[in-house]
Amino acid sequence: MLKTTKISIRSLYKIFGNNPDVMMEHVLNGLGKQDLLKQHAHVMGLQNINVDIQSGEITVIMGLSGSGKSTLIRHLNRLIEPTSGEVFVNGENVLDYGVNELRQLRRNTMSMVFQKFALLPHKTVLENTGMSALVRGEDIEETSTKNLKWLERVGLSGYDNHYPHQLSGGMQQRVGIARALASDSEIMLMDEAYSALDPLIRTDMQDLLLELQKELHKTIVFITHDLDEALKLADHLVILKDGYVVQQGDPQGILLNPKDPYIEEFVADINRARVLRVRSVMSPKDGRLLKITGQVQASDNLEKVIALSGGNTNCCYEVVDNDETVGTLHMKELVRALVP
Amino acid sequence: MAFYDNVFTSVGLSDWCKSESEGNLLTMSDFMSKSGQNEVSKIEGTSFWDIPFPSLDALNASCPAIARTRDMTSGLEDFFLATKDAIKFVLDPMTQPLSWALDASLEIFVAMPWFVLIPALAVFAFYVARSIAIVGLVLATFMFFAFIDHYLHAVQTLSIITVCTVICVVIGLPLGVLMSKSNVFKKTMIPILDMLQTLPAFVYLVPLIFLFSVTESKLYGIAIILYAIVPIMRLTDLGIRLVDKDVIEAADAYGMNSRQKLINVQLPLAMPNIMAGLNQTIMMALSLVVIASLVSAPGLGVLVLRGIRNLELGVGLVAGFCIVMLAILLDRVSKAALSRINTTQN
Repeated sequence: MLKTTKISIRSLYKIFGNNPDVMMEHVLNGLGKQDLLKQHAHVMGLQNINVDIQSGEITVIMGLSGSGKSTLIRHLNRLIEPTSGEVFVNGENVLDYGVNELRQLRRNTMSMVFQKFALLPHKTVLENTGMSALVRGEDIEETSTKNLKWLERVGLSGYDNHYPHQLSGGMQQRVGIARALASDSEIMLMDEAYSALDPLIRTDMQDLLLELQKELHKTIVFITHDLDEALKLADHLVILKDGYVVQQGDPQGILLNPKDPYIEEFVADINRARVLRVRSVMSPKDGRLLKITGQVQASDNLEKVIALSGGNTNCCYEVVDNDETVGTLHMKELVRALVP
Repeated sequence: MAFYDNVFTSVGLSDWCKSESEGNLLTMSDFMSKSGQNEVSKIEGTSFWDIPFPSLDALNASCPAIARTRDMTSGLEDFFLATKDAIKFVLDPMTQPLSWALDASLEIFVAMPWFVLIPALAVFAFYVARSIAIVGLVLATFMFFAFIDHYLHAVQTLSIITVCTVICVVIGLPLGVLMSKSNVFKKTMIPILDMLQTLPAFVYLVPLIFLFSVTESKLYGIAIILYAIVPIMRLTDLGIRLVDKDVIEAADAYGMNSRQKLINVQLPLAMPNIMAGLNQTIMMALSLVVIASLVSAPGLGVLVLRGIRNLELGVGLVAGFCIVMLAILLDRVSKAALSRINTTQN
């Protein structure tokens, strides 16, 4: 599938305080975050963010609390105004939009899922799902059949007449996702959508998202502070720290080649066997003649290969992607990759 | 000789002082000193401890050009009387519908036979409160009123409260919304609301008596509305400001305009607070409708007033008891409606 850039963020800065425009000059002259806070009592929210978000991919923005990730996602639909920079969506600079264009963008192009669900407590699950239809002024009767389908799709059939407070947290977030899907927008923003859920439900919801994404191919921007979640979902991973991008790229690449001690520290606790894929550690096809023990898929994770080998480090596998041999994987390479 | 004589002479204002010395009203002490009865002049013996505060009256004694306090109050009165016609010219037609509404409602309430009105009230109570106990309370209270022949007065009081509460909501709710939207408007309204809330109930009636004739029902209508509109405005403002920021953000993220946000999000989520305000508004309307019997408002207050005027202890006590019962009734019905909203939201 051809990837195109859906959203691109160019040199985006956000400074919180009374006088951000003046501070902006100081920052461009090289004043750091700490000094800005000490000398001028302004907080640097984001500094020089450049990210391209491809269509049909899940882009995960990961960082600890205070790293500016929630601020960043709110710039995409301008719930927060930047101090300087550009945000292009489908080639148009969102920051040039007037009130009406912005409203159209929010109504038709982007939908959002929130950490605290943010459902309307006085409306039923079905009415909540139909929120964007209501906002656009569409016929409620007509859209409700479609919305019922979305509810069924997220596993909430039969709950359409319940109120949000009657549902558990995980179910409420399913409503949040159904609401976002029902808006038929190309872009879905998910702001720590799963952070308030307990681990088992979170895994369920991650699987649900991946499953939906397989059919829908939406452009999803997902915010999380959990590296495991980030690695599981991401096609493209952006790691934020103190408001700037520390590293971005293919999650496997970041895991194997962390550029920064900060990221190394992060990555150290990860179960690498589960996260790493065969394609990231295999050697490309080079004509060497090796004794092949069997075949593995390029998208398999290492855990599966270890199970297959039964712990025998002398095994060597042929790596297949779409019925085509793309390389070989020796168990010794695999074991080496397990240690950072 | 008065105490501050020297002050005015030393600044060289004595000529100016004397120039307007004629034509002031005589005070009693002036009169006494003129007729020679106040023989000992106090000024001569003024000791350090008797230095008078430089008030208008004390300064006037030394310098007649300065107005006395009574001149100030009578000046205010003159000003009020002079502008009265202009104010009345504007206010009279504006408030006339209030008189009509109050009179019409009174007529309707009174004209309805008891066997229609009491069940109607019970049905209404069930509709808002959805509670059999509340309906029982309504029925019992009004049958008790009817049994001791206080039914007519209670119904008159209820009619006035109903009309005034409806008007308070119609005016107060939009103003409360405006207060929540604009900090400037809120800052200007707060002193006014504070004043309305702290003014003793009687003081309301004073300027109104000047403006309108006591026979017009809008006189007490305006007093009640001014007094009772405060809580609904305050709590509407508070309720909207307290709406969960996350939900507001979601509404923004889905592109709601401010009207959609108000109708679909802010007002429904502020409803528990607004209903608490409505409850307070009803209670305050009741408290003023009793006092408003001084300016010919009909109802239970009239009986209380008769109790006070004619020292008819029993009449006053029974009417007072009926007011308490009516108050409890209104409070319970509106609180039941409030709690019904609370349970559907959380």
